[in-house]
Amino acid sequence: MTVAIVDCGGANLRSVQRAVELQNMKSIITNDKAKVSSASYVILPGVGSANSVMQSLKSNNLLETVKYLTSPVLGICIGMHVLFDQSEENNTECMGIISGNIKKFNPELNIKVPQMGWNKVTFLQEQVKKLDDYYYFANSYYSQIYNHTLATAEYGQPFTATIQKNNFLGCQFHPEKSSHAGKRFLNYFFNEI
Amino acid sequence: MITKRIIPCLDVKNNKVVKGIQFKNHQIVGSIMNLAKKYSNDGADELVFYDISASTEGSIVNKNWVSKVADVIDIPFCVAGGIKTLEDARQILNLGADKISINTPALINPNLISQLSNEFGSQCVVIGMDIKFKDAEAYLFAKTGNEKTAYCTNKKAIDWLLQVQDLGAGEVVINAMGQDGVKTGYDLELLRSLERKCSIPIIASGGAGGPDDFIDVFKKTQVDGALAASIFHRNEFSVGQIKEALRANNVNVRL
Repeated sequence: MTVAIVDCGGANLRSVQRAVELQNMKSIITNDKAKVSSASYVILPGVGSANSVMQSLKSNNLLETVKYLTSPVLGICIGMHVLFDQSEENNTECMGIISGNIKKFNPELNIKVPQMGWNKVTFLQEQVKKLDDYYYFANSYYSQIYNHTLATAEYGQPFTATIQKNNFLGCQFHPEKSSHAGKRFLNYFFNEI
Repeated sequence: MITKRIIPCLDVKNNKVVKGIQFKNHQIVGSIMNLAKKYSNDGADELVFYDISASTEGSIVNKNWVSKVADVIDIPFCVAGGIKTLEDARQILNLGADKISINTPALINPNLISQLSNEFGSQCVVIGMDIKFKDAEAYLFAKTGNEKTAYCTNKKAIDWLLQVQDLGAGEVVINAMGQDGVKTGYDLELLRSLERKCSIPIIASGGAGGPDDFIDVFKKTQVDGALAASIFHRNEFSVGQIKEALRANNVNVRL
C-alpha cells in the first residue's frame, strides 16, 4: 500500500509526506508515471499556481495518467483546483475530472484576499458529519458549491471546502496543517473513499 | 466565517528562543522544539519564528531547526530573518515552513515581494512592518533585530502598506516597536489608521499583556490575527486561556 505524493514543484511536499506517515502509510514523492499509476493512493499537494501545477503534470506526461486513475486521489488546495475544468488563475485549463470552474475571491464582499486561517467546515451528509471542524485555509481562488460538493465553508459567501466525484476527493483546506481535524480527514481519505 | 488567529511569536537567536523588551536585552526563554510543541498543543493557530541573529548579522537563518519544527507541529508556521533572495525563501519553504516573512530586504529591494509572490503564491509572502512614530508620523524601521543596527527609513507606514499590497504580499504584520514587550496593549490607533487601506490579512503585534488586550484589538479593530510573545513565554496566560476569554466576549476563535 504505497501513497504517491505527486511532485508538482510545490513547497509543501515534506509536510504532506509527514502527515501521510502519521497515518501509518508508506509514501513516495514522485512524478514518475509508472509509480503514480501503480500507487494505492495518489495525492496532488498543489502549492503555487494552477498554471504551474498543470505545467508540471503536463511535462511529466501525467495528465492522462491522473485522469484515468481508479485508486483514491486527493487533491489539496491547487491540487483540488486542477481537478476542475478551468481556473481563473491565469485562465488555466485544468483536467476536467470534476465539472466546474475555479474563481477568484471577490474583495468587494468585504473580505481579505487571500483567505488565511482557520475556517469552520460543515459536511453536508450525515455519515461524514463527524468531520465537521475548523480547518486551515490559505487561498485566493475557490470553487463555488456544486452537486459534488461534500462540505462547505463561508468566506463572504459559501464555497466548496471538500468535493468528491467517484474516487477523486478534493479539499480546499490543507489537512496536513489542520492539526487533529486534518488527521481525521486524512483518515477518512485512506479508509472510506 | 474565518476565525481570528492567535499567533505566538518565537524570537530565535543562536538556536534558542529569546525575548527582549523594545527589541533590547534579549534573554533565553526556552528551546525551539519544546515551545513550538507546547503552543501548538495549547491551540495556537500558527507560529512565527523570527531569527533575530540572522537579519542583523547578514546571514540566512540556520535552517536545521526549520525542518525539525515542521516534523513536530501540524499547524502552519512562518519563518523570518535574513531571507534576501528567491533561493533563500525556497530553502525555507522546502524545509517545511508555510510562509516566509521579510522586512529589511523588502525595504531595500521592493521587487523581491513580487518575485516571491509570483514564484510561491501570495499566501506564502508575509511582510513584517516594524513601525515607530517620529513627529507624529508612523515610519518603517529596518534591521530591527539588534538595537545597534536598527534605523529609521524614510518610508511612511501607510505608503509602504499600499506598495507591498500592490506588489503581491499576502499578509502584513504590523509591529508597533514602542509597544514591544511592554504589555500595555496593542497600538489600536496605529492599526486603525492602517487597516482602512488594507485589502490583505493584517496581524497586530507588540504590546499584548493579557486577555483584555486581545479582546480590545479584535473588538476595536478589523485585524485578522494577533501576535504575542512575552505573555506566553512567561506562562502568564496560555493560548487556550486567551481564546476562552475571546470566545466569552463573542470573538470568533477556533477552540
